[in-house]
Amino acid sequence: MSMINYASREINCKLVYYGPGLGGKTTNLEHVYGKVAPDTRGKMVSLATETERTLFFDFLPVDLGTIRGFKTRFHLYTVPGQVYYNASRKLILKGVDGVVFVADSQIERMEANIESMQNLYDNMAEYGYDLTKIPFVVQYNKRDLPNAAPVVDLQEQLNPGWPLEDPAKQKPTPDPWHEGDMLVEQVEGTWIERAPYFESVAITGDGVFETLKSVAKLVLKTLS
Amino acid sequence: MTGAGTWSLNEGDYKKITVHLTALLKESNARCALLVDRTGQLLASAGEKLSFDPTAFASLTAADFSANDQLAKMIGEPEFASLFHQGDKESMYLADVARRVILVVLFDQRTTVGMVRLRVKQTVGDLSALFAEMFQRAASAESPGTEQAGLLEGAEDEIDKLFDD
Repeated sequence: MSMINYASREINCKLVYYGPGLGGKTTNLEHVYGKVAPDTRGKMVSLATETERTLFFDFLPVDLGTIRGFKTRFHLYTVPGQVYYNASRKLILKGVDGVVFVADSQIERMEANIESMQNLYDNMAEYGYDLTKIPFVVQYNKRDLPNAAPVVDLQEQLNPGWPLEDPAKQKPTPDPWHEGDMLVEQVEGTWIERAPYFESVAITGDGVFETLKSVAKLVLKTLS
Repeated sequence: MTGAGTWSLNEGDYKKITVHLTALLKESNARCALLVDRTGQLLASAGEKLSFDPTAFASLTAADFSANDQLAKMIGEPEFASLFHQGDKESMYLADVARRVILVVLFDQRTTVGMVRLRVKQTVGDLSALFAEMFQRAASAESPGTEQAGLLEGAEDEIDKLFDD
């Protein structure tokens, strides 16, 4: 739930990085932490096990700039990816303004990706949130690995699109980030919409900011 | 509802909150008080200067409360309306306010948990009334023309510019 604080002149929004275990959610945050100027970010908090697996969440507040005199402050959270931690994972979604699904591109992780995506839809629904109606982007991580599945296969499995019922939005919309791809189109007579997707190698930082900026922008546009 | 929605805190609300928090501190002899929303955002604080990162503290507070909420449900309680964490020198008392925000009071040996608990009850009542009014206002502010709805209206260009490389 975004909060506009007129006293401190801040707009606070909550972004959650979701996805299967060991997919690179924490690495995304670590890269952001390492790259942004220290005066624009707060302390990074990680509630992790001794083996550095996220137990509850990682948290990083980042200021992305000023609009209309208001500091836009984004609180980035990751969830624990392991199936076992669903109870705590669900808690982190409370009040979420935007979601990044970090998929592990490796072929052998396809099933874990699908399971996690389903789990995301389910957990959002339990709060009464509709994932298809809030800012949501998909990041295909680990693109550098030799066993990475082709993006077209990942898209088909994880981001095939959802039926778009709002007539106002039913117009062909090209994907601004990928020439030739469509975010909104008519397939066999049905209008569908897909989440924007990004390819990344979080460990080197490739695609990390592109993903963050796109979802942050979508969130701010929902306020306008 | 499709998403989590938006709400705003204006300067008048902020001042009223601060007045309540300051009164609480004065009468309970606690060190400082913070108000955190359920998503982990710090709304206000009063009292001694904080020696820690308040943003990180706020996110952990919300997580702490959420986890305890779930524990409560598991043992058949609707909620734990308050939590107490006892340290050697410093302790903290957390209380739910209107299911929306969390009041955190930090205190040391200059007072007792009993005193803090007693005084917090009154502040929770005062703040609950204030927040009920604020959220009611936020709900009726869905129509355009209000302060909240209009803040970023027409700011698409500025938003685009913010994210241009």
